[in-house]
Amino acid sequence: MGDSITAKRKAEVWRRLETVTDPELDEPVTALEFVTRADVDANNCVHIEFRLPTYWCAANFSFLMADDMRKAVRELPWVADVSILLGEHMYADKINAGLARGLSFQETFGAEADGDLDELRRTFLLKAFQRRQAALLAHLIQTGCDGALLVEMTLKELADLNLDGDGARLRARYLERRSIASDSLAASRAFVDADGDPLQAESLSAYVRALRRVDINAEFNSALCRGLLHARFDMETPLSTKAGRRPERPQVSSQDM
Amino acid sequence: MYRTASGEEIFVIDGHTHFWDGSPANQKNIHGKQFIECFYAYHSNLSPPSEKWTLEKFGKYDAKTMHDDLFVHGYDDMAILQPTYLGDFYKHGFNTTERNAAMKKSHPERFILNSAFDPRDGNKGLEALHANCEKYKVKGVKLYTAEWKGDSKGYKLTDKESYKFLEAAQKLGVKNIHVHKGPTIIPLNRDAFDVADIDDVATSFQDLNFIVEHCGLPRLDDFCWIATQETNVYGGLAVALPFIHTRPGYFGHVMAELLFWLGPDKLLYGSDYGIWTPKWLIDKFMAFEIPDEEAKETGSALTFETKKKILGLNAARLYDIDIAAQKKKIDAAGGYAHLKESVHAPK
Repeated sequence: MGDSITAKRKAEVWRRLETVTDPELDEPVTALEFVTRADVDANNCVHIEFRLPTYWCAANFSFLMADDMRKAVRELPWVADVSILLGEHMYADKINAGLARGLSFQETFGAEADGDLDELRRTFLLKAFQRRQAALLAHLIQTGCDGALLVEMTLKELADLNLDGDGARLRARYLERRSIASDSLAASRAFVDADGDPLQAESLSAYVRALRRVDINAEFNSALCRGLLHARFDMETPLSTKAGRRPERPQVSSQDM
Repeated sequence: MYRTASGEEIFVIDGHTHFWDGSPANQKNIHGKQFIECFYAYHSNLSPPSEKWTLEKFGKYDAKTMHDDLFVHGYDDMAILQPTYLGDFYKHGFNTTERNAAMKKSHPERFILNSAFDPRDGNKGLEALHANCEKYKVKGVKLYTAEWKGDSKGYKLTDKESYKFLEAAQKLGVKNIHVHKGPTIIPLNRDAFDVADIDDVATSFQDLNFIVEHCGLPRLDDFCWIATQETNVYGGLAVALPFIHTRPGYFGHVMAELLFWLGPDKLLYGSDYGIWTPKWLIDKFMAFEIPDEEAKETGSALTFETKKKILGLNAARLYDIDIAAQKKKIDAAGGYAHLKESVHAPK
C-alpha cells in the first residue's frame, strides 16, 4: 500500500473519530485530545490508543468511548479490524482485555455490573439534547424570535429558518440530537422537552433557565477535564512510555475524503 | 479572621481540610500513587502559579505548615478536619481520624474534628464509630462512597448497611454527614456520580444535615434539583471555588445557580486544604461579584452578608459554634497575635 493511500486512510480514521463524543462533556474525543494514536497497518487494521484526564475516570464512560470509537471506525468499508488501547487507567487491563475480545461492558465486568450501558448512554444523550436545545433556544430568543412562535414551530420551519453562522451551527448541533427525545404527538415540532411533550410559551423562559443548569454543569466538567489532562500529561512534548505517542493529526482538506 | 478595608471582621470556618500522608513511603500500591497524583493535578491545574507546591511537599506536609497556611497566612479562624481512610491504598491510611486528632490536640480552639464510617465494615465499623464518637465527641462524619475495600469498589447511601450506620451515628450525636462522591460504584454500568441516593437518605433522616462536597460536581445540575427539594441538603464549595482564578466566568455561573436554587444559607466555604490554600481563595472570593447579566437573570447576588454566611455563619450554625466565645478562646491562645503585624489589616 502506497504512502498516499495510507495517509488518506489515516485521515479517514481521524474523521470518523471526530464523530465520537465524550458522553458527559458532549465534545469530540479528538478535540478533547484523548486520542494519542490512530494508525493504519499494511493489513488495513486500525490501531487506536487513548488516555483520559485522570486514572480514576469512570469505567463506564471509558468503555463507552472505546466502543463508540470502534464502531465509528468500522464503518469505513476498507477496515479489516480495529484495536483500541486505553492507557494509564485504573481499569486499563480489564477494559483492554474486554475490548480485544470484542466483549460487551457487562461481559467485561461480570459481577461488577448489572447490565450494559444503554441506560447510561441514553441519560447522557438526553443531557446533550437538553444542552444543545437550551443553547439554540437562548440564541433564537436573543435574536428576537417570539416565544409563542418557537413553541409552535415545526422541524421543517426550523430547518428553513434563515440563521447567521452561530445560529446555523447551533441548529445543526441540536438537530443531530433531536431524535433522542421520545416520539409523541409532538413529533413534528421543532422543540419538545425530554419526554417529547410540547413546550409552553408562558413558561419558556423558566424552561430555558432550568436547562441552563445542564449546560453550566457540562461546561464546568469540560474545563476541569481539559485542565486535569494538561496537568497530568505533558502536552507540548512527544509522550513516550508514559501514555503512548502524541497525536499526529494529518492535515486534510475536504477534497481528500 | 478576614478584615475588610473598613475594619469589619468576618469569622471564617473552613468546611473541608485534610492532614494527609500521601508520601511514597506510605503508598501501598500504584493506586496510592495515582490517588495523590490526581489530587496534585487538581492542585497544579487550578492554583495560581505563585501558590503551586512541589509534588514532594504536597505528598506530606507537617502540622506547622498546615496551621500557618490556614490561620496565619490564611484567613481561617477554624477548620473542619475531614478524614479519608483509603486503607487499601496507604499503609497507615491517607488521612485518618487519629492523625487529625493529633492535629486538633495541639490547637483545640482551631479545629473541628470529624470522623468517618464505612458501612461495609459491619459490626467492627459500628464499634469503631462508637469509640470515635465517645472519645472525640464528633458532630460530623465524612463519607467517601467510592472508597475501595477488598473486592468492593464503593457503596451507596441507600444500601441497607448505610442506613444502619446513619441510625447509629445519629444516636451517637452526629448531626452532619459530609458526602463525597467518587468515580467507582457498583454496579459499574450506572452513573457513579449520581446524587439520587442523597435525596433518599435526606428524606429518611430529617434530623441529619447532608453536606454534599463539591456541590455534587460533576453532577451540579442534578444536585441543585435535589437540594431545592430537601431542606437538610447543603453544598460544600470545595473544588468549585478555585475556578474563581482560572475561570471566573464559570464560577460566576455556578454561584448564580447555587444561590438561585439553594439560597445563601445552604452553602459552605471549604479550601480542601492541602489541595488549595485559604489566603488566595478568600482574597478572590471577597473581591468577586456575580456579573451583572447573570445577576439580573437569576436575581442572585453575592452580597457582603451572603459572603459572611458562606465563609462562616452557615458552618457555625451546623456545628454549634458560638462565634464571640470562640474568638475569645482563639485570642487567649494567641491566635490573633499576628493580626497586629497587619497580615490581614487593611493597607
